[in-house]
Parts: sequence; structure tokens; C-alpha cells
Amino acid sequence: MKIAVPIKFVPDLVEELNIDSSGAALDTSWLRLIINEFDDHAIEQAILLKERGGAEVTIICAEGDGVDDILFNAAAKGADQLVKLMGSDAAMMNSHATARVLADFFKEIQPDLILTGVQAHNDLDGSVGALLAEYLGMPYVGYVAGVTAASGSVIARKEYPGGIIGEMEVKLPAVLGIQAAEQPPRYVAYSKINQVSKTVKIEERAISDLDSSGGATVGRMFKPEPAQRAEIIEGSPEEVADRMVGIFKELGVM
Amino acid sequence: MSYDTIKSIIVALALLVALGIFVRYAWQRLWVYLRRGQTSPKFSDWGERIKGLIVFVGAQWRLFRFRLPGIAHFFIFWGFLLLSLTILQAIAEGLMAFANPQFVLPVIGTWGPLAFVQDFFALFVVIAIGYGLYLRLIVNPERYKGSHRNQGVKVLTFILTIMLSLLVMNGLRINLNEDLLGRYRPISTLIGGLFVGLPEATQSIIEELCYWIHLGVVMLFLTELPQGKHFHIVTSIPNVLLRNLEPRGRLPVTKTSDGAAGVSKMEDFRWRTMLDLYTCTECGRCQDVCPAYNSSGLLSPKLLVMNLRRNLQERGAALSAKQTNGVLSKSLTGEIVGEEALWNCTTCYACDQECPLFIEHINPIVEMRRYLVLEGKMDKMLQDALANLGRYGNSLGQSDRMRAKWTQGLQPAVKDARREPVEYLWFVGDYASYSPTLTDVTRKTAEVFSKAGLNFGILFDAERNSGNDVRRAGEEGLFEMLMGKNMQALGKCKYETIVTTDPHTYNTLKNEYAWDGNRPRILHYTELLDQLVASGQLKFSKKLAAKVTYHDPCYLGRYNGVYDAPRRLLRAAGCEVVEMPRHGDRAFCCGAGGGRIWMEEKPGHARPAEIRIREAAALTGVQSFVVACPKDVTMFKDAVKTTGNESRLQVQDLIEFVQEAI
Amino acid sequence: MSQDIFVLIEHLRGQVADISYIMLAAARTLASSSGGQVAAVLLGKDAQKLAGNLAADKVLYADSPALTEFTSEAYQLTLAKLIEEQSPRAVLFGHTTIGADVAGWLSGKLSLPLVSSCVNFTSDGKFLSQTCGGKIMAEGDLPSPTILVTMIPGGYKSEQGQAAQASAIESFTPPALDNLRVALKKYIEPEAGDVDISKSPFLIAVGRGIQNKDNLDLPNELAAAINGTVCASRPVVDQGWLPTSRLVGKSGKRVKPKIYLALGISGAPEHVEGINESDVIVAVNTDANAPIFNVAKYGTTLDLLDLVPQLTEKVKQAKGG
Ligand SMILES: Cc1cc2nc3c(=O)[nH]c(=O)nc-3n(C[C@H](O)[C@H](O)[C@H](O)COP(=O)(O)OP(=O)(O)OC[C@H]3O[C@@H](n4cnc5c(N)ncnc54)[C@H](O)[C@@H]3O)c2cc1C
Ligand code: SF4
Ligand code: SF4
Repeated sequence: MKIAVPIKFVPDLVEELNIDSSGAALDTSWLRLIINEFDDHAIEQAILLKERGGAEVTIICAEGDGVDDILFNAAAKGADQLVKLMGSDAAMMNSHATARVLADFFKEIQPDLILTGVQAHNDLDGSVGALLAEYLGMPYVGYVAGVTAASGSVIARKEYPGGIIGEMEVKLPAVLGIQAAEQPPRYVAYSKINQVSKTVKIEERAISDLDSSGGATVGRMFKPEPAQRAEIIEGSPEEVADRMVGIFKELGVM
Repeated sequence: MSYDTIKSIIVALALLVALGIFVRYAWQRLWVYLRRGQTSPKFSDWGERIKGLIVFVGAQWRLFRFRLPGIAHFFIFWGFLLLSLTILQAIAEGLMAFANPQFVLPVIGTWGPLAFVQDFFALFVVIAIGYGLYLRLIVNPERYKGSHRNQGVKVLTFILTIMLSLLVMNGLRINLNEDLLGRYRPISTLIGGLFVGLPEATQSIIEELCYWIHLGVVMLFLTELPQGKHFHIVTSIPNVLLRNLEPRGRLPVTKTSDGAAGVSKMEDFRWRTMLDLYTCTECGRCQDVCPAYNSSGLLSPKLLVMNLRRNLQERGAALSAKQTNGVLSKSLTGEIVGEEALWNCTTCYACDQECPLFIEHINPIVEMRRYLVLEGKMDKMLQDALANLGRYGNSLGQSDRMRAKWTQGLQPAVKDARREPVEYLWFVGDYASYSPTLTDVTRKTAEVFSKAGLNFGILFDAERNSGNDVRRAGEEGLFEMLMGKNMQALGKCKYETIVTTDPHTYNTLKNEYAWDGNRPRILHYTELLDQLVASGQLKFSKKLAAKVTYHDPCYLGRYNGVYDAPRRLLRAAGCEVVEMPRHGDRAFCCGAGGGRIWMEEKPGHARPAEIRIREAAALTGVQSFVVACPKDVTMFKDAVKTTGNESRLQVQDLIEFVQEAI
Repeated sequence: MSQDIFVLIEHLRGQVADISYIMLAAARTLASSSGGQVAAVLLGKDAQKLAGNLAADKVLYADSPALTEFTSEAYQLTLAKLIEEQSPRAVLFGHTTIGADVAGWLSGKLSLPLVSSCVNFTSDGKFLSQTCGGKIMAEGDLPSPTILVTMIPGGYKSEQGQAAQASAIESFTPPALDNLRVALKKYIEPEAGDVDISKSPFLIAVGRGIQNKDNLDLPNELAAAINGTVCASRPVVDQGWLPTSRLVGKSGKRVKPKIYLALGISGAPEHVEGINESDVIVAVNTDANAPIFNVAKYGTTLDLLDLVPQLTEKVKQAKGG
């Protein structure tokens, strides 16, 4: 089975985010980008499938800071091919543009199964997976936590609210939006990544024009206003605890 | 054939067989098996090594840390050396019996003073063995748990038999006027006295019997020697001679050809480590002091060594027999040594320090951890911490840009050592920089530095975790990466001395960073302040009348020998320092080291920090538990709560006293 | 072309999801600025009864065995046909396991623009979406003629989307739904038998800030003292420290307690959507910038490990004396 995992980079929420002078986008000068955590799960799921039943795993990412490291990291986990799409910044493409670029590539390499993170925290125009599936004429199931391979199809465990799981049989080729792999993404030792980076090649592919149409147009971005924010109780743990008990009493829950 | 000829033949044959067995085992173990190990670095500094041999083997220095057992072993050891000469004599006598039944070796059999000393030592050995048997059979202390008790008792009985038969034999010879040196042997004479009433012929027979018993047990002992823990009699000498002379805080690393570190099977260890395994006497001193053993009980450094030794022997035999499965398919990390055991070590150095024969535990533990890390087999929390360290340079997963946030609002402002030259470059460390409960202490430290008039600065967001515990958690590659980044940042600064808040940071900067011969002066803040007080640059205006106890952090005390500076500082500030029973190099670890602070604690066990707090709480009148390591603050504050000592004890950083006394 | 606002009604095993009512409420705002009607789109098999309390001007209903339970492909095909035929002004989907599977695909299929994670529509007809884990809000126009939107709770109350009377049902014919490539095999229930967190008036929620399983003793003791119930964010449940039945948020339960005490929870949108109808949220989080403070009424930046034992103590005192 050929599995492809397109991944993307998103702003790291550990950093403070700021809006740029246009007022409609993030200030990129201070952004730190990290792999979308759900994509990390998608990689793990692909590797698990490979370990269980054999597969050839290809990881694809648009170029950007730190992308090589993540690709090598995936290779150290067991990915077979690494592809970097040159010509646009990983974090700056919307989902529509990304899906179109990927679709062109996948038409060529024809994977049986495409796993993507179910969403990224900065998707404002839907997730890549569903769009990609449509562009490729494949079925799509998202919110998947666990995949088992069967012949000509996969069984995807789709999550519903309240912990209910729907077992979906999906005919291949297909795209799945991964919410969680069956186990948390594994840790890869630095020395392993270093070693891989010396032996594994990243294939670079140029991408032509980007077509972002279909995405949302943002007129303004802002941080939630302070007025909406909580009243912060200051003081030592003891003082704060006192005050809280006061609040509980006022609300009649004690 | 006469009896004497037969005697000679039997002795010769017995000697041949016993020696044959001894040599065969010794050759197999020390040559065939050890050769499968990895090469060890070259040994140098022979003067120091030989000195160690005299002090640690000759004078048995480390053994006296356990007073009575130490003294007992001292006498057994020296008795053994001295009396091996009488054994030689007995063998020679037997071998030569066909020619001269009264044969004596020159000097050994003729020199009175030697006979005198031997006579007394034989008695001492008997007493020491008696004590040994009492310890093993009646007291049976916890440290022997898991040791081969029967083997121990068997060998003690052997030695006892050898000694008693010797004394009786000598006594009877004196009675029969066969002993030229009889008057030099008062003890034997006394024992001979017990037999005086018997007819001479009977005495003769008993004497001859004693000879055979003596020699027979010696031969048995010789065959037993290389097979168990008593092999240490042979290997302790090379083991102490070839001990690790590097600083304690420098962890060795064996790298395979592909650049990865880690041990996944016995043959990946260096042969030098294998020699350690043979040398273990199962005395359990390491186990006795181990915080992991004394809390969760999941790890015993002694059992670790014993299990590795068994695997070395079994694997060795299987490989020699060209087997392909069985013991060979057992996993080292998992089946031979439990993963949990490996992760429980706090790298506190108590065991390594205690072992009388310089057997190393932390080194093999970390080697095996390295392999587990390569395999991704580790605690989820540890994974997250390592991932954070890789990404942000701190284990807390906070932005590196926020590293110096604690300096905001400080007056005078803390200097940026990257922008201007400073005299003291302060390496603050993760916990002191980020942990909300600790930044207060960190600010106080800055205040004290300012008041002492120090020209100091920090690296701001260029500082990374020093990697001390990353390395000990087994993530060698990440350690190298962190060290590289720190060295790069430090390389761009002008400074004279590095001061650290954290003893762990102190250790790796001082002992492990690749300074290439240009190591700057590196001080822990307690050392620096102690020097400033001594030189009069830092003066205290107040005398605090507090009664406190001080906890030695492993990486400051045991690893780097800094015991006095913090105590002097406390006294200078007016505190009365009361010692806990375990202090100085015997201090009991807080449980955070070696990456443990990033791992989950198994519920249901007393934690090392709790054991420690109970120890301190038992001291009368002590209100403060003083620490000098940010990790300690975290660990002990929690332990004070969980042991219900909040009203009794307060955990405070040493700097708080200094700041208050200024 | 019309000015109508369509809302895809989400239902699972005979139960209409809360988000559907929230979207109907949102659709009402949009419809009043566009001048169209609100149409609830219901797909199912003999599911008309579910339309009973939908606050819509009409219900567009498609009936087919293939639509008995949700599967992405059957929904996609049915909705594509409907939207193509009727070209409404906007179609609202939940930003959920149902809506998000369908909306993206339709955007590609019909070449219609898509906006996701919308919380609110402004009175001048703009969308307001959360992005970057709730740390940033994005605002923009809704391009004509037709826009697809996925919505998260927070801006509208579900009661506003409920009506006492049923609206008129207009049936439409779904396309041929055969040779489908996605099929539901079965549902798997979560482990049952635990407390029902949605019934407790005092919830003590723990997030990743709790750090390890041992520390769960702290909230447990507090819960015992104040007669509350412990629940959790996803990472805590994923670690296996608490059962799934305690999960609050998008993939767990939506709760409406009198007090929701959030301990070490950052306030990611997926979590917040489960709690934003609580009476009062009190947040304990060492990060003063954590989005949880945007929904909390009270907060503190103390370390939860320091605060919680104190709080337990004080609660005990207050109850004792
Ligand atoms: C499709 C989908 C569905 C999802 N469904 C859910 C859901 O149903 N429920 C859910 O919860 N999540 C859900 N998530 C996950 C969600 O996106 C977040 O990842 C998750 O809610 C984060 O949990 P957290 O706040 O506990 O952890 P984090 O985001 O890691 O936050 C931990 C917080 O604790 C604080 N903290 C750390 N230490 C302390 C301390 N000592 N004292 C006080 N504060 C401290 C930190 O400052 C931080 O803000 C879903 C995600 C997706 C994609
Ligand atoms: S270093 Fe400390 S914790 Fe580790 S084995 Fe030795 S005594 Fe035990
Ligand atoms: S390793 Fe050393 S201290 Fe430990 S049991 Fe063996 S000889 Fe004794």
C-alpha cells in the first residue's frame, strides 16, 4: 500500500501572536512555526500501518523553516520518501491552495491512502483533507482516531461527541482526516535524526502558480479584547482560595 | 609405596585438578568473555592508580564506611594474604613428602616473626568469620537482600574450616614437637593444649587429618573462587587499578560506528564494565544507600550488577557454544534489567561512591537508557520534556523568548552578557527562569548579586537547558545539540567566570562541556557568595537566629565536593546549622536527578523527597530545610505537603537567608 | 439564486445535536440581513419527527435508506445536488465531525468559498471566526452568491434555535445513492457506568496543567469537599488518567454547570465549546495570556498545585464552621 501524508506548519501557540500592520494577518516576523499536531498524528498512524501490514510512506510538505528537520524526523520513524514542495512558504498557503498543489502531485504518484491531520488551528477555509479528496475524486472521512487496513479498503474509527465511535469502511483510494493516531506520536532520538539526515534525500519539487480561490477573505484580525477577559484575583494561594470560596458562596453552590 | 609417596601424588593431582578448574574458569571469564566487549579508552596516570590500589585494596579504605563489617573484612583480607603463605607451605610440604616429610619452605616456614603474626591473624580471621556468619545468618540486614546467601555462607565456612584445621594442626604439631616455630605460635599452643591428654598416635592421626581437611578445603575453595562473587578476590585488584579516574561528573559515552550511543546487548558494553560485573561482592552497600531502592524498590544497583553478571556468563557460554537462541534472544533492557528499574535511577552517585571496589552503576544504567531512548521506549512525560527541550531549549515547553521574563522590572536592570562584557556570566537554568514558584528566588539572587556589587549578566533568550539531565536520561544527541547552542552563545560573550544557580548545570558546564582546554572559572552561586563573604565584599548586616538544616544537592556535594561553602554562608548569616543523620557525601537524594523530575512517579511508594523530609522533621527545633538547587525547592516543597509537615518545616533556598541577612 | 440561509441539521442515532439549534439561531441573524428565509436541511430515513422543534421557516427533507445514519459521501452528494439546484445565500454546517466532513468537500465540488470556525455573524453580515486556538479572531465579508460556513458554538444560544411548532416540511429527492465508497459498519459505545458530568452543578475540570496522574488527588479531594465532580480536557483523557465519560468539549460532553472550575486548561476552542454555557467559569492557569481567561468570569495565574490544596482546606473550613 502506498500511503501519503501531506503535512503543514502552523504558528506555535506557545509564542505570543501579534497582528501585522495591515490588520488582517499575523505578524510573521515573530512567528515560530511548528508542525500541525494532527499532522504529527497522521504520520504516526501511517507508520503504524506500515509496521502492521507493510506500506510505502511518503511525507510531503511545502518548504519553510524547520521543514527539513520534521521530514528527517518522519524518516527516522520509518517514512520512506520525503518530498518538499518548493516555491511557497509552508505556513502561508490557505487550505484551498494547498489542496490544489497536493492534488497535482498525487495525481502523479497515485497513493492508495492519504492521511492528513483533521484540521490545523489556523484553517480558516476548512481543512485540506476534504478539499483534497474532492479534487482527487476520492472519498473522505475525517475525525478519525485509528485505522485498520483491509483488502481494497480501510476501516476508519470516526469519533462522535460523547465518546461514540463510528466504524466506517472506506474504499481505497481515499483520504482520511486524522484526529489522533492509535498511540501518541513517538519520540525520535536526535542521533537517529542526524543519522537519517545523512543518508536520506529530500526530493524537491517546484510548484507552479498558487490558486487560493475558495478561501475566506479576512478583512480584519484582532486579539480578543481585554474587556471580555476574566477578573484576575491576585494574592497568595491562601488569599485567592478565600476569595474563591466567597464566590462559591455567593453563587449558592456551597 | 609408602604413605608419604602417596601423599605427594594425591597432593600433586589435587593441585593439578583444582588449578586446572580455576584456570579454565578464569580464562573463560576474563579472556574469552571480556574480549567480546568494546574497547575501553587507554589507561594512564599509573601513579594515581597504584596509589588507589594501596589505599582502597591495601587499606580497604571505603569498607570502613560501614564500621564493623569493614573492620571484619580488613582482617579477613589481610589474614588471607598472610595465611596464603601457610597454604603454600602446606602444599609444598605435601608435594615434597615423598622425599622429606618434614620439608619446610625457606623463610615462609622458618621465620619466627611471620609465624607469630600468622598465628594471631588466624584467630582474628576466625573471629571476623564468626561475625560474618552472625551478620548473614542472624542479623541478615536489608542490604543482603537478593545476594547469594548460601554462597556467602559456604565460603565463610570454607575459610573457617581452613583456619580451624590450621590452628589444630599447628597445635598438635607443637604437642608432638614437630614444629620448629612452635614458640612463635601462642594461639596454636593454646589450642594444642586441648589435646594434650590424648595418646601421641591419636594426636598424630588427628594432625594428619587436619592437614587433609586444610588442604582439601583450600582446593575446593580454589575451584569455587572463579564461579561466584568470590572472584572479586582476583578481580578487585585490576578493578581498582583500572578504575575511572575522570571527574565523577563526566559521564562516559561509548559510540558505535554509526554515531549512535547506547547498549542493547551485553557485548555492547566495554570490557572494563564487564570486569566491574565480576568484581561485585554482593555486599549491598550500594543498595543500602540507593534512594530508588529505598523508595519504590524498583531498582537495586546491586541486583542490577548481579543480573548483568549472570547475563554476561550465560551469554558468554551460549555464544561460545554457538547457540542461536535461548538466553541469546533475551532482551537486555526488559528481560535482564527491567525498563522500570533503569528509569528509576536518579543518578545520585550514592552507589558509585559507596562501592568499595569502584564498580560503576550510573554508567551502565545510562548506556542502557540511551538504547531505550533510541527505541522510543520511555515515559510519555519524559518524551514531552525531551521534545520541549529540543524545540524550546527548556523542559517546560515555554517560549525561549520568555526565558528572561523574570528580570522585568528589576532595578538595576540585569545586563545582557551578549551585548556588553561582564565579569560574571550567570547561567540561570530552566526551573529558576520559568517556574512560577521559583522566579521569586531567582529575583532575590539577582538582588544579592547587585548588592554585592557584582558586574554580572545573563544570556537572556540565548540560554538553553545545560543538558546535564538530558544526557543522563540517555538522550545523548539532544545533549550535544544543547551543549552546542550554549557554547555558541557563550563563545560570543566576554566574561571571566560562570556562576550557576543549578548544581546540575554547574556539573555539566564544569565537567562535560567541550572547553578544549579553555575552561573558564565555573562556580556555583554558593561558592561565589562564600568567597565574597570571605573577601569582605559581601557583608551581612543582620544575624538571623534561625535553626536550619542543609540538604546537600547530589550534583554539588557528592559530584563536585562542595560541602563547606553553603554551610559557611549559612553560619555567616547567623544560622545555626543542624545536620541530618545523612549529610555531606552521605546525603540522601531528593529524587529529581537524572531526568526523574520529568518522569511520572508510580503511586503507592514513599518518594525519596518524602523520606528526606521525614529525616529532617525528626531534628528537634529545626524550622527550615535549606536547599541550594532549584529542583530541590520543587521536590521538597511538595514533599513537605504530602508528609504533612507544612507547619513544622519550611523549604527555603539558601539565597533567601543571604538576602535577608544583607 | 435565493437569499435563503440553509442549515444542515446534525443528528446522530435519532438525536438532534445542539449545534443545529445554535446554527438556526445564527441563520436567523443572517437571514434578516439578507432578506431570505431560514431553511433547515434534514437528511435521513423516516426522520421527519426530528424536524419537530427546529426554529426554521421551512424544512428541506431528503429521505433515503442511504441517509439513515451519517456517512460523509451520501451527505456530500445529496447536499451538492440541493445547493446546486437552489443556490442559497449561505449554508451553515457545524464545525464538527459531521459538518466539517461535508463542507470542505462541497467547497471543492461546487467551487464555492468556505469560511470555517465561525462563532458569530455581525449585524452588517460579516463572519467572525476564531483562529490560532482561540488566541486570534478573524473577521471578513461573506462573498456572494453562495458561501459555505462551518460554525462553532459560543455566539448563539441553542434555545433561540428551538421552536414550539414544527415548520412545513418540503421534501426533495436525493441523487442516486448507490455504489457508495463510505459505509458505516457499526457504532461502538464508550465504556458506561460512570457518573454523568452534565448533571453536576459544580464541575472541577483538569487539563494538561495537572502534569501527572498522581496530582489528580488534589482535584479529587476538592471535589469530595465541595460535593463537585471532576471532569477533564482531552489530553488528560487521552493519557488514560480519567475515563472518556469525563471528557468535556467537542468530542466529549457539553456541560452547563453553575460553576466550572478550570484547572490548568488553556481554553482551546474545542474545549471551550463544551463549556461556554456554564453560569460562571473560574480559571486557574499560570499563563496570563491563556484563552481560557476570555471565557472565564474569574481567574488566577497561581500554580494550581499551590492553590488547590488551599482551596480544599478553605472549603472544608467554610463547611465545618
Ligand atoms: C477535532 C478535535 C476535537 C477535540 N475535542 C476536544 C474535547 O472534546 N475536549 C478537549 O478538552 N479538547 C479537545 N480537543 C483538543 C483541543 O484542541 C486541545 O488540544 C485541548 O483542549 C488542550 O487541553 P488542555 O487545555 O488541557 O492542554 P494545554 O493546551 O496544553 O493547556 C495546559 C494549560 O495548563 C497551564 N498550566 C500548566 N501548568 C500549570 C500549573 N501548574 N498551574 C496552572 N496552570 C498550568 C498552561 O499554562 C496551559 O495553558 C479536540 C481537538 C480536535 C482537533
Ligand atoms: S545513582 Fe543513586 S538512584 Fe541510581 S542506582 Fe545509584 S544509588 Fe540508586
Ligand atoms: S556493586 Fe559494589 S557496593 Fe554494590 S554490592 Fe557489588 S560490591 Fe557491593
